[in-house]
Amino acid sequence: MEGSITRISGPVVTISGLKDPKMNDIIRVGDLKLLGEIIKIDGNNAIVQVYEDTTGVRVGEPAENTNMPLSVVLGPGIIGSIFDGTQRPLDKIKAQTGDFIARGVNVLPLDVKKEWAFKPAIEAGVDVKAGQIIGSVKETSLVDYKVMVPPGIHGKLTKVEEGKFTINDSVAKVKQEDGKTVDVMLAQIWPVRKSRPVLDKMPPEIPLITGQRIIDMFFPVAKGGTAAVPGPFGSGKTIIQHQLAKWSDADIIVYVGCGERGNEMTEILTTFPELKDPRSGKPLMERTVLIANTSNMPVAAREASIYTGVTIAEYYRDMGYDVALMADSTSRWAEALREISGRLEEMPGEEGHPSYLSKKISEFYERAGRARLLNGKIGSLTLIGAVSPPGGDISEPVSQSTLRATRVFWALDSSLANRRHFPAINWLNSYSLYEDALMKWFNEKVDKDWSKNRTKAMKLLQREAEINEVAQLVGYDALPEADKMVLDIAKSIREDILRQSALDDVDTYSSVKKQATMLSCVIDLYNAEESAVKNGIAVDKLQGAQAKELIAKFKFVEDGKVEAYTKTVEMAIKDIAKIKESGNNE
Amino acid sequence: MNEVYYKTIRSITSILMFVEGVKDAAYGEIVEIKLEDGESLKGQVLDSRDGLAIVQVFGVTTGFSAETTKVRFTGQPAKLAVSVDMLGRVFDGTGNPRDGGPRIVSEKVREVNGNAINPCAREEPSEFIQTGISAIDGMNSLVRGQKLPIFSGSGMQHNKIAVQIARQAKLLNKNEKFAIVFCGMGIDSEEANFFKQEFEESGALDRTVMFINLSSEPTMERLLLPRLALTTAEYLAFEEGMHILVIMTDMTNYCEALREISSAREEVPGRRGYPGYMYTDLSTIYERTGKIIGKPGSITQIPILTMPADDITHPIPDLTGYITEGQVVLSRDLQRRGVYPNIDVLLSLSRLMNKGIGKDSTREDHRGLADELYAAYARGKDLRSLVAIVGEEALSKTDRAFLDFADRFESGFIGQGYDEDRTVVDTLSSGWELLSGVDIREIKRVREEFVKKYGKWKASS
Repeated sequence: MEGSITRISGPVVTISGLKDPKMNDIIRVGDLKLLGEIIKIDGNNAIVQVYEDTTGVRVGEPAENTNMPLSVVLGPGIIGSIFDGTQRPLDKIKAQTGDFIARGVNVLPLDVKKEWAFKPAIEAGVDVKAGQIIGSVKETSLVDYKVMVPPGIHGKLTKVEEGKFTINDSVAKVKQEDGKTVDVMLAQIWPVRKSRPVLDKMPPEIPLITGQRIIDMFFPVAKGGTAAVPGPFGSGKTIIQHQLAKWSDADIIVYVGCGERGNEMTEILTTFPELKDPRSGKPLMERTVLIANTSNMPVAAREASIYTGVTIAEYYRDMGYDVALMADSTSRWAEALREISGRLEEMPGEEGHPSYLSKKISEFYERAGRARLLNGKIGSLTLIGAVSPPGGDISEPVSQSTLRATRVFWALDSSLANRRHFPAINWLNSYSLYEDALMKWFNEKVDKDWSKNRTKAMKLLQREAEINEVAQLVGYDALPEADKMVLDIAKSIREDILRQSALDDVDTYSSVKKQATMLSCVIDLYNAEESAVKNGIAVDKLQGAQAKELIAKFKFVEDGKVEAYTKTVEMAIKDIAKIKESGNNE
Repeated sequence: MNEVYYKTIRSITSILMFVEGVKDAAYGEIVEIKLEDGESLKGQVLDSRDGLAIVQVFGVTTGFSAETTKVRFTGQPAKLAVSVDMLGRVFDGTGNPRDGGPRIVSEKVREVNGNAINPCAREEPSEFIQTGISAIDGMNSLVRGQKLPIFSGSGMQHNKIAVQIARQAKLLNKNEKFAIVFCGMGIDSEEANFFKQEFEESGALDRTVMFINLSSEPTMERLLLPRLALTTAEYLAFEEGMHILVIMTDMTNYCEALREISSAREEVPGRRGYPGYMYTDLSTIYERTGKIIGKPGSITQIPILTMPADDITHPIPDLTGYITEGQVVLSRDLQRRGVYPNIDVLLSLSRLMNKGIGKDSTREDHRGLADELYAAYARGKDLRSLVAIVGEEALSKTDRAFLDFADRFESGFIGQGYDEDRTVVDTLSSGWELLSGVDIREIKRVREEFVKKYGKWKASS
């Protein structure tokens, strides 16, 4: 039955007369049929948050209940697309309404006419259970889309067909114990606010390799882990998120641009199809999904965009993939929550945020994890959220709730950014709780000295901070030579290793092998300088050493040439011992 | 046209009016309010319920009476008639002319709130705009379609800088239709006159549309003003194919107006009393910038804001910085030392700079040189604080060269005349000239070939 609008206040609309409205049902509001969701039921009234601008909507206009919660269509064609916060494809909206996004556009998330070639993986007659892979479709050159038995269904597979199908075609039939036969379509529908089931979550043991030296070396995130990137504006949050989306070794990337700049989304749209995945050589867009709800798009849809993104990510995880989701920025999502909460006249908590903010944030991050899937396979979902604290002060509620819910903290520092040290991740304040679990992997798979060198480098950086405090009081010249040497090496760690240019074609991505070599070269340099200083050589004398120059240029060495270059560097480091004589002679 | 007048006002506050018995008011609809003495004002529906409409009044409610004041619902959201005839004209916060000229008559009527540009339809901004100001062109380049605010403080020269940019801004090697949309929110008449006079003197007035809301005029109109200006800009850019530079001053006044209205509405306040939706509200202004694929025009925005107490973490600059593509920060310290334009290049940032510079647009050495100047200036400034403690004699020769560089950089590179229009090549050369004062071995950020090609070191060194 149709209801009618009795009140409009911005994105919050009250509707009366709906028959048996349920929480989170999707409502088509007004003559324009704007998309909305029930967020509160009060007697005969349903309170709806509308995902589009409500200007011009009148009291008395009709509203229609679709009797469905906000859901996404999960099917082939998702990869490579760009959606808005409610999974409307932006390119199709453009085709319908032009360069500006008009209201009330009703477009289907996926192409329903396109036919996909389906190949069965199992034969009819076997028993299947929820999550089991029946077959696959080549979605892009990088992604095999797996057709799975939907959750909650098990029984005997009575039919499975090879051939060309659209997303709404049945590719298989499952006869359940109760005698009912269920069709398995190419696509599934899933409500966004409900996490997709898994058997259990496992401890994350494998790092997500990002090719970003400060992250992989010092503050690694695990596949299935959670990370927060809080930082003031201009500190490079978005560039870090873009770098991770480009270079992480995940199979699928879901990038949620939540309340951010329009031009940034355009940048992804123009650069990703041209960039090549370093592992496969295929365009990065072939493993990427974009959810774009820019800051000036409706605020309620911004709230939904995070859930739309994470549900799509979970679905590909269920196929056994390693999925990584970047959300930029979760603060804008929290602000959307606050705005809706204010319209509902709820009692505000800290800084006007609703009191359930913290719960919502931890609920979201809990959807991450390395999981044993319903089909027995293992998949992972890594969640990386940028946070934009007001004034850069992370004592505010969104940052604090996020830090409690995540396990890696990359602290962006405006003073580093102002010195153009990028990525501006502060090495003294950041942490990764996966450190212990992942060091084992790095030591075994990359370099046995990985954790040893890393600890040494970290100690040098901490020592540098201490020495600098002293130096500010007594002056650099008054420092003992050993301390000067520490400053010298720490500078090399900061500038030659931690600092990495996202704009340089080579430096933008470092393989773990290259990272390990670079680090061990710096540690070798340290050992060489340490013994030189012990032998009474002044640090000043070491300045001109060729080894230093070579290490400084290491970041620009292409992967194939690393080995040869390392030999040159090592030779040069050995030469430092020779400075001894000439130094003494002078 | 709806001719029904309601006389059922239940209550009146300083800016709100509650009208009863209204069956079907539209959210955001414009209403006409008639007072007993015949005076007519406008208002907008901000909450519509069955039998009750809450109307926000554009102006003050002085003289309103629950008995005699009448309200008519127009059935239309806020709209503006747009036309190229608007060039050279001045309008107020309701879209009426304030220059004594005729009203704009046009069939082209646009909703002022506008819709968001579809990210799929956007074209990446990449054309370098030469502003003739070295601190911007050399270090924080502006590109067409960018929104680059000026973060200033009271008593600083932001207006002059904005006018200089408007006067000198041009694309390299191109001559296209160019116009300025000026939006003065809550400014005083002296400022309004300054801009008008400057545009007139530079001959830009005929291709300028001015929207002005003086500080004495209604607060509500201040909120509408940028939307009128941007609706005009969008029309001129995307329908008439012009390149539009939008100058908006002062965003701080706009945000204060937003706070004033929000507290009158009794909304839950966010940080420092500003409403929680201020980020979203500001984004609906700033994001109306850019280029669209397949359309010749563009909108570039230079909003100006004064940071209360020079505090960059204050909500107004803070939220702005999160939306805009960089910022030009002015420095009180430089102003005190008489440097014009007093741009703090270390705190300033242009996020789109890299798209607009380089071999094909400015020059191949631009990026590297900018980084080098940046690093050298930062080093020189650090040394200044060190000198304050240990004295200049304690510095090495290299360090002294950097200290000296910082001084010359401020006076000769950042500093320039109000009428001085430097080409980008001049800017880059002057950068190399300054760098030649430091040891060539300290140059690490520019490729060697560029140092050889453009560097100005004496052959002997």
